[in-house]
Amino acid sequence: MKSNQSEAGSQKSERIQRLFTIDFRLLTLFLLATVYCLLTTDVFALDVNKKLLNNGLIVLHSEKHNIPIVMVTMIVKASPLDEPKEKAGLANLVAELLDEGTKNRKSSEISEEIEFIGASLGASAGGDYTTITLSVLKKDVEKGFELFSDIVLNPVFPQEELDRKRELIKGSLKQREEEPSFLADRAFKKEIFGEHPYGRQIEGTTETLSVINREDLIKFHQKYFIPNNAILSVVGDLTPDELNSLIKKYLGSWKIAEMPEKQINPMPEEKTKKVIKIEKDVTQANIIIGHLGISRDNPDYYAVSVMNYILGGGGFSSRLMQRIRDDMGLAYDVHSFFAPGKEKGVFQAGVQTKNESANTAITEIIKQIERIRKEEVSDIELADAKAYLTGSFPRRLDTNRKIADFLATIEFYNLGLDYAEKYPSYINSVTKEDVLRVAKKYLAPENFVLVVVANQKKAELKY
Amino acid sequence: MKKLVFLLAVILIIPVSVNAEVKEYKLENGLKVLIIEDHKAPIATFQIWYRVGSRNEPVGKSGLSHLLEHMMFKGTPKSGAKAFSKIVQKNGGVDNAFTTRDYTMYYQTLASDRMGISIELEADRMQNLTLDPKEVLSERSVVMEERRMRYEDDPQNSLYEEVLAAAFESHPYHWPVIGWMSDIASIERSDLYNHYKAYYSPDNAVIIVSGDIKADDIIKKIKALFGSIPAVPDRKPVTSKENEQRGERRVSLKREAELPYIIASYHAPSFPDEDSYALEVLGTILSGGKSARLYKSIVYEKKLALYAYADYSGLHKDPYLFSFAATAAPGKDIKDVENSFYDETEKIKSTPPSEREVQKAKNQIEASFIMGQDSIYFQAELAGMFEMIGGWKLKEQYLEGIRKVKPEDVSRVAKKYLNEDNRTVGILIPTKKQGVRSEK
Repeated sequence: MKSNQSEAGSQKSERIQRLFTIDFRLLTLFLLATVYCLLTTDVFALDVNKKLLNNGLIVLHSEKHNIPIVMVTMIVKASPLDEPKEKAGLANLVAELLDEGTKNRKSSEISEEIEFIGASLGASAGGDYTTITLSVLKKDVEKGFELFSDIVLNPVFPQEELDRKRELIKGSLKQREEEPSFLADRAFKKEIFGEHPYGRQIEGTTETLSVINREDLIKFHQKYFIPNNAILSVVGDLTPDELNSLIKKYLGSWKIAEMPEKQINPMPEEKTKKVIKIEKDVTQANIIIGHLGISRDNPDYYAVSVMNYILGGGGFSSRLMQRIRDDMGLAYDVHSFFAPGKEKGVFQAGVQTKNESANTAITEIIKQIERIRKEEVSDIELADAKAYLTGSFPRRLDTNRKIADFLATIEFYNLGLDYAEKYPSYINSVTKEDVLRVAKKYLAPENFVLVVVANQKKAELKY
Repeated sequence: MKKLVFLLAVILIIPVSVNAEVKEYKLENGLKVLIIEDHKAPIATFQIWYRVGSRNEPVGKSGLSHLLEHMMFKGTPKSGAKAFSKIVQKNGGVDNAFTTRDYTMYYQTLASDRMGISIELEADRMQNLTLDPKEVLSERSVVMEERRMRYEDDPQNSLYEEVLAAAFESHPYHWPVIGWMSDIASIERSDLYNHYKAYYSPDNAVIIVSGDIKADDIIKKIKALFGSIPAVPDRKPVTSKENEQRGERRVSLKREAELPYIIASYHAPSFPDEDSYALEVLGTILSGGKSARLYKSIVYEKKLALYAYADYSGLHKDPYLFSFAATAAPGKDIKDVENSFYDETEKIKSTPPSEREVQKAKNQIEASFIMGQDSIYFQAELAGMFEMIGGWKLKEQYLEGIRKVKPEDVSRVAKKYLNEDNRTVGILIPTKKQGVRSEK
């Protein structure tokens, strides 16, 4: 799910920011618009070459010679959707351990070699797929590819590294319980998705982590890390010939294999109303309200994008922000988003407000959801939303890193390489009637799951 | 957290676009303008930097600069209330702002043919801010919520506030940028108005535009709209200096938390002090990734902490800090984490790092400069950060300084600054609670 990934990014930047004690007017502005985050575009054609190699690997390449850098993104179709529930966290552990030891190098050798050239190499699992990225200077691209290929093709998952990583993940899961937003999110997902993998923490739990063994990692890697189950995207200072010879040299030995059978993960039924209160000694109530949403291939995706922009996705232009922050002064951050994945993701609205204001904020959110289901949005709101969604594309693809990630993602979701050119017409064809229709269809203010992490005595929830 | 550590390193090091050309202009009213043309994508970013931050606040009014930053989005008679971001967004752009100890920065990133919108909006709010008293009350509540979210309910951030307050006694770096809660609550419209009048003027600002624009067009538009705004002649400089620290200070914080956390901070000079280059290399050797010393020793080998990093924040106007931080692994003693920090500092004091280690740090710093050029926003920001501490040209000096650092220099600055008497240590001591969950 794209939302997971952008959230992770924002947490990182927030951590960094902590140290600098910089206070943004609104740190999360970009995150709020999750629905269209990665996938917006304008009449802005990307010059992309696509090739299907003999071993089944899809290669996307865009040449950019303005800076001597090369950005590489690989998507491997392996995620919690492919792991058994009793081994939740397996996909993430595999990703985390790719660079902790290969047939050719020890863990410490990998980090030493990559850091010596000032490059970065990393892997992480998301809701729908695993991403492996490399950022490297042109002059070191050989070395970079060599290391990149080594961790993708030849990881050996040493027992010692597995034990170490497992303890680190367990520790960080524990530490995150300090964060009210983590507690709220975890409870919300679990309630919405039940046994479905989208309801898990990507890291798994202390219990499931304990039963994952080295054999599981090796098998998972063998089964899913095959060229015909992967997409390679390369953007930067590299000619097609240079790329071809790098691929031949470093990914040439990657053998096509039988495509793994996809695990079936039944999506739970829609829920009836449920309220979960979690007690914590905090000054602010952390509130999430929502339910199941849509999948990325839903044809209503574009109408939903426009609708959610107006409701709570459009930062300071959204109704939730205008009412709850600007008019009422109740919160620093209030937002809503759909998180469409390969399968149905969530719709959720979220806010943090002092314990005593929790009821008022929840009431107002529900009121705004009801309103957008009852009345058509105004012409101005519709026009502004479309203008933003279509007009903001070039900015979203303004670095080689962003383009590399974008190309891999549109390929994964089968959006077509001309997606960038087509997106404006998808958005511009949305009418007021469409907005009303999808609001009625995909918002359910009566059947929500409400999670409130708060000092419950002070919050005195009436819900 | 390890990924964070790496990012931190990159950001610390931030400096210098290798060869982006900066054109500099100065208007008669003192407004400085820097323009960087970069035509790789049809977008541009407009940034305006004011030389005012929490450093410039009077005692009892901490958070004033930050609240004013929020109020800057609340409208002028011309643009109307709360219209700023809406205008930017419906033009396909994004805008935001942030406040630091030393400066306040506002930016918009838009299609490059719409830079005129930024210029109009920013020129207008530099002189005509409404500061409606009702809006002041409402935004004050918003900032109090922001404080609750970022600090009151976040034990690790709270500890950082404690450490700063202990490390700085006589200098305004003592208080947090967002302000103490009671100070925020006391800020009135008149405080904001006076602060605005004192610091928001062309001679106290720098505009930086980068992206797919033509410098000649942009400067013409800027001159037309900013040229007539008067300068403010007498502005009092900040004269506070921090007293020399003569003995370790320790603070502890007991809070509902899961794991103990430590911050140890040492006073250190800021760039362009001659020691700042070696301090930057020292920070990178200790903390520039998984092959760096702190991760290797404290996280990987001894398994004492979930993460451990060092942070040299050299880009401040006045001397700031060289800090360590770590979260203890479950079941580990925070005292052992602390001692292993000191083991590492003692080691590097007594034995200079190898040539290869120093070279690795330099490579990481140089590579991050080049990678930084991928983003036009970042190119502009980089120029701005150096401008705020003395001039954008310093960024060239920075890289030259880094290249000259020798292994002995690293040991020398470690000896000079990372010593007990110069240290403030903060420890977060978790108190236990039990979460109750009820459903209906």
